[in-house]
Amino acid sequence: MRLLLGTLFGLAVAAFVGLGLTYYTLARGAAFGGLTIEGWTAWPKSGTTDADPYVRASIARNGRLPTALGDGVSFTVDSDDDGKILDGRCEVVISGVTPIARFWTLTLYKPDGELVANSTNRYGFTSQEIVRHSDGSFEIVVAPRANSGNWLPTGGVERYELILRLYDTAVGVSTKAGREVPMPDVTTRSCP
Amino acid sequence: MIRWLLLILGGVLLGGIVHLATVIILPRTATQDAYARLTALAPVNTIVALPAPTPEKAVMPFMDPAFASAVCRYDLSQGPLKLTVPVSPAYTSVSFYTRNDVAYYAINDRAAGRRVIELDLMTTAQHDQVPEDEEVTAADRLIVESPTPTGVIAIRALAPEPGLMRAAQAAIAAAKCGTAQPEPPPTPQPRPRR
Repeated sequence: MRLLLGTLFGLAVAAFVGLGLTYYTLARGAAFGGLTIEGWTAWPKSGTTDADPYVRASIARNGRLPTALGDGVSFTVDSDDDGKILDGRCEVVISGVTPIARFWTLTLYKPDGELVANSTNRYGFTSQEIVRHSDGSFEIVVAPRANSGNWLPTGGVERYELILRLYDTAVGVSTKAGREVPMPDVTTRSCP
Repeated sequence: MIRWLLLILGGVLLGGIVHLATVIILPRTATQDAYARLTALAPVNTIVALPAPTPEKAVMPFMDPAFASAVCRYDLSQGPLKLTVPVSPAYTSVSFYTRNDVAYYAINDRAAGRRVIELDLMTTAQHDQVPEDEEVTAADRLIVESPTPTGVIAIRALAPEPGLMRAAQAAIAAAKCGTAQPEPPPTPQPRPRR
């Protein structure tokens, strides 16, 4: 009886630890080999056949097609430079410049990958439609209410993430954080 | 007491194995991965344009709304596949994914260096059967090897501004993907009589 009880207990611990770890790593997107530059994280290897089992499992689980490395690299950010989670009710400013790429797009998603409904049907910006300062830098205001300049509406959602996709770029598997890869700053300006 | 600690330790070790096993098995059992989503939508070996993602409905999560996109779900069991994609004014890319949604190759308009991206997709076995001299004569032909007999090709054209979406969609709509017709054996040329 003691043996049976002990075995069951051991197996229960195994199931809890094993499945719990799997769920946690995939839900948090805690994959290895991430490239984090100023808060923006990319997994360049997820777009190659070198993708590790964690990346493969997370791709299969959420149902997306990853950006292939020959196409581009996508950087995700879900908190501002102070580490505060991005909140759709706040006014957040994305400012600065991006690494060199032929084109880039910046898109706002809910954490599950859906676009956010808004009255202007604007879900993101491309590098061509953005209004820039004379020195080439730009400023995008991510806010629930209309704003002058480059306004990206949040629809007031509680949490969101921004994905910066660089197309036809030299940024890739061998890239390291540094001066060649300047990422835009993410600052929360005001919160209600 | 020791006994329970040992049981917990054993359970944690076994849990690690369970974790690794589930992570490795998951891609094979996923029913809502990109390939499965596209299976319902796209027949084999034809181009199917994907509707632009909207907040209400999107074929896959995390699609880039600035792009017009189409897919060709392929099955190479009947022979190699021919793909032609006219490039759009801004940026066009073709990405290849295996049955398990792993990207194994991608090419963009600039890398292709022409107005039309043209390539042949085949399995390694089919590539081995291509006569070498033919490969030399067709040096401008780009051959891509697929690691799996089935998979997905994603064709995407950027609309840098919303107004250019139509042009991007038109470029994608002219793309073709289909099994290469076996070339008819060369008819013997009648020898010129002397």
